[in-house]
Amino acid sequence: MFSATFLARRSLATHSRQRLPVSLTQHRFYAIANTKDAEIKARIDEKRQASLIGGGQSRIDAQHSKGKLTARERIDLLVDPGTFREYDAFVEHQCTDFGMSSQKITGDGVVTGVGKINGRTTYLFSQDFTSFGGSLSKTFAAKVCKIMDKAMQVGAPVVGLNDSGGARIQEGVDSLAGYAEIFQRNVLASGVVPQISLIMGPCAGGAVYSPALTDFTFMVRGTSYLFVTGPDVVKAVTNENVTQEELGGATPHTKKSGVAHDAFENDVVALARTRELLSYIPQSNRETAAARYTADPFDRADAALDTLVPADSHKAYDIKDVVSRIVDDARFFEIMPEYARNIVIGFARVGGRSVGIVGNQPLVSSGVLDIDASVKAARFVRFCDAFNIPLVTFVDVPGFLPGTQQEHNGIIREGAKLLYAYAEATVPKIAITTRKAYGGAQCVMSSKQLRGDVNLAWPTAELAVMGAKGAVEILWRRDPEGRAQAEAEYNRLFANPLPAAQRGYLDDIITPSTTRQRIIEELEILQHKKLSNPAKKHDNMPL
Amino acid sequence: MIAPSMLRYAAASATRQTRRHYGAAAATASAEKTFDKILIANRGEIACRVIRTAKRMGIKTVAVYSDADANAVFVREADEAYRVGPAASGQSYLNVAAIMDAVKQSGAQAVHPGYGFLSENAGFVRALDAAGVAFIGPREDAMAAMGDKIQSKIIAKQAGVNTIPGYDGVVRDAEHAVEIAEDIGYPVMLKASAGGGGKGMRIAHTAQDVRAGFKLAADEALSSFGDGRILVERFIEEPRHIEIQIIADGRGNVLWLPERECSIQRRNQKVVEEAPSTHLDADTRRRMGEQAVALARNVGYSSAGTVEFLVDKHRNFYFLEMNTRLQVEHPITEYVTGLDLVEEMIRAAAGLALTTTDQGAVRMDGWAIEARVYAEDPEKYLPSIGTLARYREPGSWRRPGDVRCDSGVSEGSEISMYYDPMICKLSTHGATRDQAIATMQHALDRYVIRGVTHNIPLLRDVVSHRDFAAGRITTAFLAEHYPHGFKGYRLTPQSAWELATTAAAVEFVRRARDGAQRGAHASFVVRVPQLQDDGSVARLESSVDLRLKNASGAPALQGTNAFVATATNPLADGAAETREISVTWSVDQPFIETAAGATLQYLCGLALGMRVQFMGTKFDVDVVSRRQHELMQHMREEEAVDTSRLVLAPMPGVIVSVAVAEGQAVAEGEEVAVVEAMKMQNVLRAPRAGVVKKVHVAAGATVGGDDVLIELQD
Repeated sequence: MFSATFLARRSLATHSRQRLPVSLTQHRFYAIANTKDAEIKARIDEKRQASLIGGGQSRIDAQHSKGKLTARERIDLLVDPGTFREYDAFVEHQCTDFGMSSQKITGDGVVTGVGKINGRTTYLFSQDFTSFGGSLSKTFAAKVCKIMDKAMQVGAPVVGLNDSGGARIQEGVDSLAGYAEIFQRNVLASGVVPQISLIMGPCAGGAVYSPALTDFTFMVRGTSYLFVTGPDVVKAVTNENVTQEELGGATPHTKKSGVAHDAFENDVVALARTRELLSYIPQSNRETAAARYTADPFDRADAALDTLVPADSHKAYDIKDVVSRIVDDARFFEIMPEYARNIVIGFARVGGRSVGIVGNQPLVSSGVLDIDASVKAARFVRFCDAFNIPLVTFVDVPGFLPGTQQEHNGIIREGAKLLYAYAEATVPKIAITTRKAYGGAQCVMSSKQLRGDVNLAWPTAELAVMGAKGAVEILWRRDPEGRAQAEAEYNRLFANPLPAAQRGYLDDIITPSTTRQRIIEELEILQHKKLSNPAKKHDNMPL
Repeated sequence: MIAPSMLRYAAASATRQTRRHYGAAAATASAEKTFDKILIANRGEIACRVIRTAKRMGIKTVAVYSDADANAVFVREADEAYRVGPAASGQSYLNVAAIMDAVKQSGAQAVHPGYGFLSENAGFVRALDAAGVAFIGPREDAMAAMGDKIQSKIIAKQAGVNTIPGYDGVVRDAEHAVEIAEDIGYPVMLKASAGGGGKGMRIAHTAQDVRAGFKLAADEALSSFGDGRILVERFIEEPRHIEIQIIADGRGNVLWLPERECSIQRRNQKVVEEAPSTHLDADTRRRMGEQAVALARNVGYSSAGTVEFLVDKHRNFYFLEMNTRLQVEHPITEYVTGLDLVEEMIRAAAGLALTTTDQGAVRMDGWAIEARVYAEDPEKYLPSIGTLARYREPGSWRRPGDVRCDSGVSEGSEISMYYDPMICKLSTHGATRDQAIATMQHALDRYVIRGVTHNIPLLRDVVSHRDFAAGRITTAFLAEHYPHGFKGYRLTPQSAWELATTAAAVEFVRRARDGAQRGAHASFVVRVPQLQDDGSVARLESSVDLRLKNASGAPALQGTNAFVATATNPLADGAAETREISVTWSVDQPFIETAAGATLQYLCGLALGMRVQFMGTKFDVDVVSRRQHELMQHMREEEAVDTSRLVLAPMPGVIVSVAVAEGQAVAEGEEVAVVEAMKMQNVLRAPRAGVVKKVHVAAGATVGGDDVLIELQD
């Protein structure tokens, strides 16, 4: 997992002390006040000093040379300046096997504590690759668990900065137990406080399951890897030759596996973007997301929306253009932009209020629902529901993707997840059908019957069981001559929003340019909406 | 139907509004009858322009449109609209038969041709004459006479108009050349009869020059073109393109209006025009005007027309050609004369007299400048195609009506490959030239265009150029000042300081909005890109300290914030300078205004800063905290993969069509292929202008996501 060189006792030579990044005086005044014994004071100072420098200057330099920041530098950039309060800086491991009793690094490979992000309390841990390769010991895990417990009690998010070689082998099952303790807390905290994982170095083996249990996982391009087993094991077991980057780098996880929700170019950008993400979400499930001032007028009409959907229904358009024209200041924080691009998810604000956006993307495979898109959107819908973030859904969906590949991989089960997520969600749900809403996919996409609060349509909407051509081929199977006329008739009757509106399945048909104002007003009306699901131990969604 | 009373109201309010633009001329507008309904055989901004005047005169308007323009602004603004064919103009706007059908169907009594398309097509005029429909332009014979370049010069000579002196025959030898030169006057140009492009061209100021130059030129012509024949003509020193607008009715009234200076051109297309010209004195102006009138009378011209002259540095002027239509740049003439040229044209076509027939009453009021805003890159002038994702035209500034936008687009409009990529003619007016220039700079700064590449960066630089301010302009202005194309505004020590502190102030407000800014003090490191002579981009780094000085003590998220700013200046040897600044910006809104008088556009936030438009040019400005800056040094520069030359398949699908072939030049945004997936067709467009290097697919091919379909090169 990590080489023995990590275990070499770090030097506390004077020269490294002089190169300390942070002045000791900032940290010690509260710990040594009134202590009479000078020797105790000196030892406290020394330990504090040792915790600040982690694995020592040469490892810090090595970390930098890889284009990575240290655990403490990352915290500096994550929280508002001067707001970080560290806990457990003095913790050292209790292991005695393999000569470990003589090899201690104060802090034991992880920096934990609490700080403010945009003025709001956030708990965090930052794994220190310079100290024992960031490997996880029993005490390391205990530090992490301590702040997670605190976060749940206080009601504040947890941000984990991951950069670790894996389990500390010398500790054996203690280390594994430590992982399991963290997993348990990840699960208990799920849906209670937001949990965000940044992968900023290696994260392998059992360690990957903590990020996997959190709400959002971001990676840093070129320096981070996530895999259950590394390239060497892969080679031994399957005879596959694969690099770390190919196996578990940012590209496969943002494009193919969907394990990571986005990747950023470096540590500095990743930390800045994490701060931005947190601004959209509430502190815990007990709160709603904070409203933010906007100078974007609530009644801004956008005439370009009136002509944005092409008249020719075979021509595509970009649903992100629709979203950015409607939301505050055209700001859309997209989640999983590279994965299952036939559906678009992310956060935005309308009238200062945070909303979760889900939109079928006509630009990619017509916006069809397939396995990946369903799972991607389902998890996002559940996150928003858990944290009281209203959902705004833009519907333009031709149906579920046909084919053996999809059927045999379980589109029935996987598609049901999105249906399930929308159906159980009790947050305000607004849906706007911009064009197609066909078949079962229409039911899934935040339909009226799934307790949609406000279901709107643009005049270009077509809500039907299927498109005209397909329908006529079934209904006029024995009468090919009659098809052309039947198709025109079908289009006249069904290829518009009126049949659905006449039955109350749509609440209104609106002019596209007024969509922004309408959403803002509806959300204001819905802000005190109360709706509960039946009491149950928990649900049994199709996994 | 609109009630007549409503119509009168509409006409009256339009008059009020229009008078600001065209001065008092509109007063007599509705008094005399012209037409009930006219058809505009054109598109875009000029169709909108004609419709505006027609509405004010109480005339119903008919638009004709191609498929590409079905949703265009001019179609919406016209009272009626008829489709005349597919997008290609050869089958629509140049389709005389289809347009004649629309004329007949609509019952239009007259047709305004705008400029371009059929505006100088004598055949179209004959077709209208045959149908008994008036053409809002000159008579067919006058148009035909001026349409032929050689014939028009002969007519001009006959009318006593100055033409470029020269010898039309073949020069026998050096002595003959000297003889001719003495006759037409120095300096003269010796040029290859067969040539072009400067080969075999010599300028001679004396007889000796002519003798020496003749042999060299003849030899060069022979070796370059295999033809040693040489022409001699007067050399025009520091030539300017200055033109005289004339208006004439069918009753013998012909007036000349003040000149337009149109020297700033690229590839013979005008970019910036002004009226009047700094170069002319009253006497030259009058002589040019009188010659233009003489020419018009000579051919029995009616309607609006333009006589183009080349003017040398000694104010000698020579006839170039006459344009028998409304010119693109007519708004600046309307600004200084207060006349509505479209109204004069309509009146002339209806057989009425001009609104004024007294040459002495023609005004020359203040100064007007027009900048042509094109959807094209300002470096190589290659057109850009796409949707106007954001589009907001600047409004009046110092007084009502001092900014005029002649455009035919609105937000969401499509700039298509089928027509001229002009977005708007932006004109400004001031009591003095300096005022008109200042208003133009302000208007360009407040012009919001996103979604297509545009030439506002170049326009902003031209109207801020020292030589432009001094009136030192010739037809070679752009070629001389931007020999390798305009690459972007270069920061000066002063503007670098201003940009850095303004960006820091904007970041301060953003952080205050996010709850991340505590207290009145903030320190930033700002990095601004600056283009170097070798084409590389340097990052100018400035350390900025801000202390909020608002009376309230709290930052304002909307409105003005005052700061004491201390910033080091990388263009002044890193010296720190402290000044009070005040920045007006509502958080995330487009315009940032500084107390120092600059207007910037906030284009979008970036992960570590923002993109702003400053002095017309876009800047990606990093604004980071000290700590971020310190730690940035450890970050590796990401190796950027240049995908801008590749067209990739956005998803798995089938290629429906490929619109380009290898070696073909494409514009940015031009369609290159269509991919179909899930019965949905996706038009793939060129990510940049260039030449197609390789086409990897053909229609019918099945492609995977991210497959390379087409490669481009410069």
